Amino acid sequence: MDVKNLLSTIQANKRLQAIIVGLYIVVTFASLYLAQKSVIAFLLLLASLLLLYFTSFSNRVKWLVGGLVLVVLLPLAASQGEAYQSYMEVATLVGIYIAMALGLNIVVGLAGLLDLGFVAFFALGSYTYGIFATSQANNFMPFGHYPLSGESFWVFIFIGCLVAALFGVLLGIPVLRVKGDYLAIVTLGFGEIIRIIFNNLDKPVNITNGAMGLASVKPPELFGIQFMYPSQFYYIVLIILIAVIFAVRRLEYSKIGRAWKAVRENEIAAQAMGIHLVRTKLMAFAVGASFSGMMGVVFAAKQTFVDPTSFTLVESITILVMVILGGMGSVPGVILGAAIVTILNLQVLTELTNWLNQLSLSGVIHVPDALSPAKMQRFIFGIILILFALYRPQGLLPAKNPVFDEKDLKDTDSNHPMNTGVHKGGTQHVHLDS
Amino acid sequence: MSLLRLEDINTFYGGIHALKGVTIEVNEGEIVTLIGSNGAGKSTTLKTISGQVKPKSGKILYNGQDITNTPPHITALSGIAHVPEGRRIFPRLTVKENLEMGAFSVKDKKLIAERMERVFHYFPRIKERLHQKGGTMSGGEQQMLAIGRALMMQPKLLMLDEPSMGLAPIIVEQIFEIIKELNDEGMTILLVEQNAFQALQIAHRGYVIQTGEIVMAGLGQELLVNEQVREAYLA
Repeated sequence: MDVKNLLSTIQANKRLQAIIVGLYIVVTFASLYLAQKSVIAFLLLLASLLLLYFTSFSNRVKWLVGGLVLVVLLPLAASQGEAYQSYMEVATLVGIYIAMALGLNIVVGLAGLLDLGFVAFFALGSYTYGIFATSQANNFMPFGHYPLSGESFWVFIFIGCLVAALFGVLLGIPVLRVKGDYLAIVTLGFGEIIRIIFNNLDKPVNITNGAMGLASVKPPELFGIQFMYPSQFYYIVLIILIAVIFAVRRLEYSKIGRAWKAVRENEIAAQAMGIHLVRTKLMAFAVGASFSGMMGVVFAAKQTFVDPTSFTLVESITILVMVILGGMGSVPGVILGAAIVTILNLQVLTELTNWLNQLSLSGVIHVPDALSPAKMQRFIFGIILILFALYRPQGLLPAKNPVFDEKDLKDTDSNHPMNTGVHKGGTQHVHLDS
Repeated sequence: MSLLRLEDINTFYGGIHALKGVTIEVNEGEIVTLIGSNGAGKSTTLKTISGQVKPKSGKILYNGQDITNTPPHITALSGIAHVPEGRRIFPRLTVKENLEMGAFSVKDKKLIAERMERVFHYFPRIKERLHQKGGTMSGGEQQMLAIGRALMMQPKLLMLDEPSMGLAPIIVEQIFEIIKELNDEGMTILLVEQNAFQALQIAHRGYVIQTGEIVMAGLGQELLVNEQVREAYLA
């Protein structure tokens, strides 16, 4: 009861919220600044964004504070020690996965089309840049000299986006004849086909260099500065991510966004409303894929190495887990889900494994290698999915239906024919019989 | 003047001959009902008109124009609203969002608000439920929402597929009264029903369909007292 009271007081008081969030950010910032090795401090500082999300400030304030944390505070706090680049690496990957999860969210969450081969579009983006930013393209391109310079990276972000969108449509045209489970199976097949093609496209003409992969991809370059470190990629990803979130938000409440939801809810009724089913679904595939394609380009440049093993079915499933965990159709939910799953993968499981190894070494307990948490990734995802299906099928931050505010409601009230609007559209209404 | 005319329509589901040369006509301002038992081809007729199912042969004329083989999203835009069987509302969207989907092709927000007011006029119940998710409403309310959503298109021709299905008698009566009211205000209605008694009472004219063939046609009141119809559908 007391906790409830406390929470409602906080909810009612904006100033109190500001103090709490401010204090939280300062404390976590200071602890990461001082204790560089503390992964927990890093995660807690990231969690300030979640706290911010629950405050009742206006969206603009939330964006400003969130931007401040991400652009200035997080890199600054992390930059004081040796672990700087690895923190930024994690943050960059979180950003990449968030963008992909947001893309998949359009396909699965909004349009209701279960896609199990989503990583294929990520692969397409990666290879698009990878092939032309290494000498690989010399093998089959009749003109031009490769690798292209690192400055082409910026153009390739858009090319990757377009290539992925194009393949999204190409996949969509044949696949949209099937629904539900069958759609899932066909998309799963598509994901594998793309990976296997990349794996084997070294003969007769060597395009992808097969299983060997493409090494030493050119790093991006801008005004003579080369982007080599995760701390630099962090900002590239951040900018793309903000653009993606903005786009997703706009799309969700646009005409096409409403069409996606209608198709998800009921195809026949959607058609009866004047919605072109095929076009609407293809748009979902194309838009979702394009986010993935963009991030694929960034991924290739960041890793400087592209090979087919980065694009397995497990990756597709991982992205799907992010969407389901966060809440299908909910943008904040998907962002949270992607962040949690990525951090779980990269930080929590690895740290846990290291810790257990240390315990084993010092002879406290003995954990067999096969049971190390890092190897139980799939097991843990499976457990998460089962638990969520059972206890919270709507996800961590479920999608909300738009509700209009009080003011809007009063407006419609005053327009009610009973009050004022009798003559408005109701002049021909015949009410004699009632 | 005839608003809609089906000429010798033949529709197949794979090898099954679902509509065998159906010819019907709906005049402007009429309520026309199509009655028949399960599987007679009532819903198929509506689906063929709206374009969800393509006829193998025959012609559909709407407002004098040939709309045979027009895809469903285009027929919807041309003023034919189809309220599909089984209340196909959007269950996880709010009632308001459901209604807005009905005016999907309308950009003018004021016009949307106006049309919504009209829907509230017919179905005050919907207004009380505006922020509820469609799927959480009762069957009768869902049917009202489905009709309301179709009205948001401000159609010339409203096609209703079994609006009485699975509803309490008192709700059915309310819905039929509203259909009558809509017609009194000038809307043309094509009503498909198993509940022949109620449908024929409000209809100007009716057709009886049996295993894909129109076996009888006449004024609503005529059919209501016709011996054969009484035996087959009203007993």
